[in-house]
Amino acid sequence: MTPDASPMLAGLAAALQAGVPIFPDQASSIARRVDLLYYFLTGVALFFSALIFSTVFYFAIKYRQRSPDERPLPIHGSLSLEILWSVVPLLLTMVMFFWGATLFYEIRTSPSDATTLYVVGKQWMWKIQHPEGQREINMLHVPVGHPVRLVMTSEDVIHSFFIPAFRIKMDVLPGRYTDLWFTATKPGTYHLFCAEYCGTKHSAMRGSVVVLEPADYQAWLTGAPAGETPEVAGARLFRQFNCHTCHEAGPTSRGPSLHEVYGKTVRLRTGETVAVDDAYLRESILLSNAKVVAGFEPVMPTYQGQISEEGVLHLLAYIKSLTREEGKGAQP
Amino acid sequence: MSTAPAAGKHELPRVHYLNIDYGIRSWLFTTDHKRIALLYLASISFFFVLGGLFATIIRLELLTPAGDLMESETYNKLFTMHGIAMIFFFLIPSVPAVLGNFLVPMMIGARDLAFPRINLLSWYIYTLGGLFTLFAMASGGVDTGWTFYTPYSSTYSNTHVMATALGVFILGFSSILTGFNFIITIHKMRAPGLTWFRLPLFIWAHYATSVIMILGTPVVAIAIALVGIERLFHVGIFDPALGGDPVLFQHLFWFYSHPAVYIMILPSMGVISEIVCCFSRKKIFGYPFVAFSSVAIALLGFLVWGHHMFVSSQSMYAGMVFSILSFLVAIPSAVKVFNWTATMYKGSVMYNAPMLYAMGFIGLFTMGGLTGLFLSTLATDVHLHDTYFVVAHFHYIMVGGAIMGYLGGIHFWWPKISGRLYPEGWARFSALVIFIGFNLTFFPQFVLGYLGMPRRYHAYPPEFQVLNVMSTAGASILAVGYAIPLVYLIWSLRYGLAAGPNPWGAKGLEWQTTSPPPTFNFPETPVVDEEAYEYYPMKEAEVV
Repeated sequence: MTPDASPMLAGLAAALQAGVPIFPDQASSIARRVDLLYYFLTGVALFFSALIFSTVFYFAIKYRQRSPDERPLPIHGSLSLEILWSVVPLLLTMVMFFWGATLFYEIRTSPSDATTLYVVGKQWMWKIQHPEGQREINMLHVPVGHPVRLVMTSEDVIHSFFIPAFRIKMDVLPGRYTDLWFTATKPGTYHLFCAEYCGTKHSAMRGSVVVLEPADYQAWLTGAPAGETPEVAGARLFRQFNCHTCHEAGPTSRGPSLHEVYGKTVRLRTGETVAVDDAYLRESILLSNAKVVAGFEPVMPTYQGQISEEGVLHLLAYIKSLTREEGKGAQP
Repeated sequence: MSTAPAAGKHELPRVHYLNIDYGIRSWLFTTDHKRIALLYLASISFFFVLGGLFATIIRLELLTPAGDLMESETYNKLFTMHGIAMIFFFLIPSVPAVLGNFLVPMMIGARDLAFPRINLLSWYIYTLGGLFTLFAMASGGVDTGWTFYTPYSSTYSNTHVMATALGVFILGFSSILTGFNFIITIHKMRAPGLTWFRLPLFIWAHYATSVIMILGTPVVAIAIALVGIERLFHVGIFDPALGGDPVLFQHLFWFYSHPAVYIMILPSMGVISEIVCCFSRKKIFGYPFVAFSSVAIALLGFLVWGHHMFVSSQSMYAGMVFSILSFLVAIPSAVKVFNWTATMYKGSVMYNAPMLYAMGFIGLFTMGGLTGLFLSTLATDVHLHDTYFVVAHFHYIMVGGAIMGYLGGIHFWWPKISGRLYPEGWARFSALVIFIGFNLTFFPQFVLGYLGMPRRYHAYPPEFQVLNVMSTAGASILAVGYAIPLVYLIWSLRYGLAAGPNPWGAKGLEWQTTSPPPTFNFPETPVVDEEAYEYYPMKEAEVV
């Protein structure tokens, strides 16, 4: 089939010797708990498959036609059986639902002490920015035992950030932020996949997650070439795009001050109130006049197409740094 | 063990729907629902072979971790065209347009469908949609996946999205017309005495399917039309760069495409009810439960689309609502499986090929349904979404379920359609080969999925190779299993023994007329005075 079959066979032989893997590594705090639920579901599935297969098989043999003159008695049905085989599956599925939903709630709710990293997906690579300034492409270094939160967006189509060893996945969309969190529990190198079909090189949009012991992680942080931190880069952009001329001009300024606003609520010209979170700030930078704060005129130019997704993330990091620690609890 | 029909006992009727007229015009301008069913049979068989060919090349590529047989772009086009050919042009019309068209009027004792010319029109619309799609395939193909997710499909893909989308858009109208025709026919044209609760369950299943076709298909047509409008005129609907919302497309698409899964499986469930009763010589166990479970599936099926979007950025609480609703739709499906199994209890079970397909269906559909629970469960779906686990799950439902039911039905009614018997030994053998080949192909994919192999991957990490090789090996067996019936069914058209009106001793009005039937089905309108599947006591006269 392939022009060169021998390496393929050699690779296959090696894989067979290593054994066929059945389960992926358990390398995050929730992996073991997702697996527990998976075992429960597998147990239920095996039980009912075995029940149906063996009953069909048993009936097919026991009640096989022995003579064409047989006259089986008509049986119309049984209400108690119908109730039994409706209620038992219903109860079992409700156990599955509650178990799955409570665990899902944890998977989707990041702890407040998590370190935030930024992820930008584009055809066909992952760009990652650490708060200390390190940037990586298709690689993600994280320390063991510390929660990490990823704030993600896409420059083009929909991607999906998937780390099988951590049992987590989240779509990465253009035009909005999604987030994902995990606590790695086992040092090692794991797959990072794009799980949402994103075009020609979708299957090449892969990378590695390297989980390091805290000391090794510190060594990596100091060893890796650190660029500007997101706040510093954001502050630079803030000057470069002349944001400061309106937003830091004191009482007469044409735009609202950005100090102490992140995580708060502001009133708009329309009378509505809106929470100042990542999504609102992003919208206000790119489509400036969509939701204007009360007391200001809609005079800000739009920056759509002028600032990259990474640039917007840097500006957000800078604006967040203008708010004291306790205000940073809000998340997109 | 099986009732072997007495050889040479029967002769074909002198005049029937197949020989009443000859020539291409007599087929292209026919309004006979049975001839239109055969037009559909030929068309969908063509797309099945085409889709199967694409699948073969996909499985060959996946023998090795590196993408070495073809370019990524080619691979992406192949899985897209495999999905489009199989889902839109084979599975959705398979049972309803072929068996439904042939049998709905006959089972209710009618001369034809309510609107015979609209029935023919629906085949022409299908063909037109098919031609657009074939044109797109032949002139370079399309690479968006059968799901057409935006903004990839609306802005980024440089392939023939428009021609394909137009093909699928046009095709939808054929579904809608068929659905209308069935509903009106079932309401208005039942034979005297054939009350709703005397109807064969095949009819209930087709009624439920028709409701989905009418309510769901317009929504996917709208979604596809909007993709076209965004692509051509750059109106911001789905692409955020133009001010649109990419997730909106997923809502619109799955609002149809999840119920579409039930368009594919419900008619096959109807087939299984007919077969299990006939070859167990028993009335169906719990008739009203099986009948209403079809309706329940059709209605609940419209409320679960969000389970395709648990990690799409949809709100967490919306995810929870869609999760619990998805579990609810599992209950009527389970009820059907239990009732079919119970129907065999104390029956007089025969091992004819249709029954083997039906037993295969029950087993594979059960596995497909149970693995669906893993995907309704939120926490496990986060991990399994967009992996090979999902691929395996829906192939168990659509290939293990829908196609097993379709093939079982084709065998069961082949004597009625062609007037001749297929070779029983070969048919049993191929049913077994398909069952084994199917499991070898798709079971390893469950394991691959939990390991984390994403779907739609042209190249993959080397540790996934062993399971992929197993899957490809299974697929080669499955391909042989599908090829055998294609050969012997065609052979039987000329050399098969004449079947007689009712070779299985089955109940149901379609077996009371000659095989093949005359153009208007019944010499005189039959009168029904009993419930469905009254196998015993059986009047001697009915054992033809």
